[in-house]
Amino acid sequence: MNDKHKPQTRPRHSATFDEYTLSEIRRAASTGIYDIRGGGAKRKLPHFDDLLFLGASMSRYPLEGYRERCDTNVVLGDRHASKPLMLDIPITIAGMSFGSLSGQAKEALGRGANAAGTSTTTGDGGMTSEEREHSAMLVYQYLPSRYGMNPDDLRKADAIEIVVGQGAKPGGGGMLLGQKISDRVASMRTLPKGIDQRSACRHPDWTGPDDLEIKILELREITNWEKPVFIKVGGARPYYDTALAIKAGADVVVVDGMQGGTAATQDVFIEHVGQPTLACIRPAVQALQDMDMHRKVQLIVSGGIRNGADVAKALALGADAVSIGTAALVALGDNHPQYEEDYQKLGTTAGAYDDWHEGQDPAGITTQDPTLSARLDPVLAGRRLANYLNVMTLEAQTIARACGKSHVHNLEPEDLVALTVEASAMAQVPLSGTSWIPGQN
Amino acid sequence: MTVLDLNEIGLRTVNATLQSGSPEIKSFTVTNPMGAHAIACGLQGSLDVTIDGHAGFYCAGMNKDATITVKGHAGVGLAENMMSGTVRVTGNASQAAGATAHGGLLIIEGDASSRCGISMKGVDIVVGGSVGHMSGFMAQAGNLIVCGDAGEALGDSIYEANIYVRGKVESLGSDCEEKLMDTEHLASLTELLNRSGINADANTFKRYGSARTLYNFHPDNAGLY
Repeated sequence: MNDKHKPQTRPRHSATFDEYTLSEIRRAASTGIYDIRGGGAKRKLPHFDDLLFLGASMSRYPLEGYRERCDTNVVLGDRHASKPLMLDIPITIAGMSFGSLSGQAKEALGRGANAAGTSTTTGDGGMTSEEREHSAMLVYQYLPSRYGMNPDDLRKADAIEIVVGQGAKPGGGGMLLGQKISDRVASMRTLPKGIDQRSACRHPDWTGPDDLEIKILELREITNWEKPVFIKVGGARPYYDTALAIKAGADVVVVDGMQGGTAATQDVFIEHVGQPTLACIRPAVQALQDMDMHRKVQLIVSGGIRNGADVAKALALGADAVSIGTAALVALGDNHPQYEEDYQKLGTTAGAYDDWHEGQDPAGITTQDPTLSARLDPVLAGRRLANYLNVMTLEAQTIARACGKSHVHNLEPEDLVALTVEASAMAQVPLSGTSWIPGQN
Repeated sequence: MTVLDLNEIGLRTVNATLQSGSPEIKSFTVTNPMGAHAIACGLQGSLDVTIDGHAGFYCAGMNKDATITVKGHAGVGLAENMMSGTVRVTGNASQAAGATAHGGLLIIEGDASSRCGISMKGVDIVVGGSVGHMSGFMAQAGNLIVCGDAGEALGDSIYEANIYVRGKVESLGSDCEEKLMDTEHLASLTELLNRSGINADANTFKRYGSARTLYNFHPDNAGLY
């Protein structure tokens, strides 16, 4: 055997130091700054795909698919508020700011939500007149930064969402980099144009649930006890966070898992802090049940909701509604292959674009550039969102009917099994083909 | 002048009365406040309200146009997110006085605790005594005037607000530095002191503001974030 044909080991890449990891080390060494991006956790996580519905069988009979009713309406916030939100569907639009999104995108979200009979939510930066005009039901976020916060907008809102945290970054504050601080955004936030804006991570005038209870009293006093008060928490300690939110007086608790998106934050934060959405639901529901508040204080779950099956599974595990952010942006046109050439110029590809903080979104959604944002037709995009919401609702109804339920809220854990041990433990439903729930029996 | 006995009619009735904006009645006194929370919050219009005693958390929160005087001490979040008008406390104020307030004039004749003027967005705050640590944290706009001393980390991560301190500053926070007191700022300070009714010579104050080194991220400043 000559040297030419001598067997050699093939080049082997490390599983630990994989190509992505190597590229990140090189990027960090070159720039001296952590990677910032938008969106939620991209790593593979136990998720709703790891659950299956059982459907009807000898012991349960299904409802006729297109004839028998399967209701989808949900009332949010009737614990204390005199004017709760009455939604036609159990899917809401999550908080996303003008600033992180273009005005056209905010308008499109409002149009789509209106057509589907649901609510939208403001974000860090206050309420714009346009989004109030285009959203029949608008939830006003009350954030640590209090950018743009004022009593007039508070009274114009249909509900108030006190943001304690979000799934992409529990314990972290907002971030809006200078490229997106336009004149209008700067004015709304009382900040110099072009700076890298870092929002506070905790509220300036309360710490802990005892203070929060008093803060909620103040907000209710200012708004004549009309508005439902939501408390949004990141998926960190869902049992205790939910229990304390109830104790503080919330009408609605929003639990956002780590797949929930953000406009911008450190990648290390997104991928390494918080818990998967699937792991958050049952502890939150347990807290509601332990305090005899299940279905009295509503639970909204968000983070990686993509289709009607995800909606149905979240509801079956005990949620009253879900909230979507990333999926809504995709429905508007985010990451659409039609802009592949533009994405390539930005060093990425359609489907993977997450540099939302840079303000160069080819789809005109996560930008303040007037030329780019003009690419998004808010009427057409709103129509797409309405279609998508309708499809999700139809899908959830299809599953609920197959399980014999006349309302999507009648779905229950007993309708589910899990495909993996991890999902079984998190969702507290049996591993498929067994009666085993890890940790329970 | 109309008297509202909080102990007798309750918080909701007191606030509903004050918020109703009756054109006939412009002057109110709230008696027996007993440290209740959220007194006189969300007021709109040119009312004159006196709270005769100590107030709890969030007194005068989100005030718009009204003139509110607390004859006593005030709890956490006094005049938080005030938009306009005047709020005066004859005693001391707890933490986060004037937090996130956009406008108006807040006068604390005594001392203010920590985080006074946190994230302030245009309000003018005059403190007759001293302020606690982290006051002026992330202060975006407006003026914070401290006639006494300031605690640790004054003006940490400050944006475009001005801080004036007459006494000792325990330490400055990240990106906060002493600034030149020019004639424009001296005039502004004098006017605010006069308007607040606090007797202090503007020439004895020092001015602090943002060094603006953290406005855009630079790796060399990573330790300051």
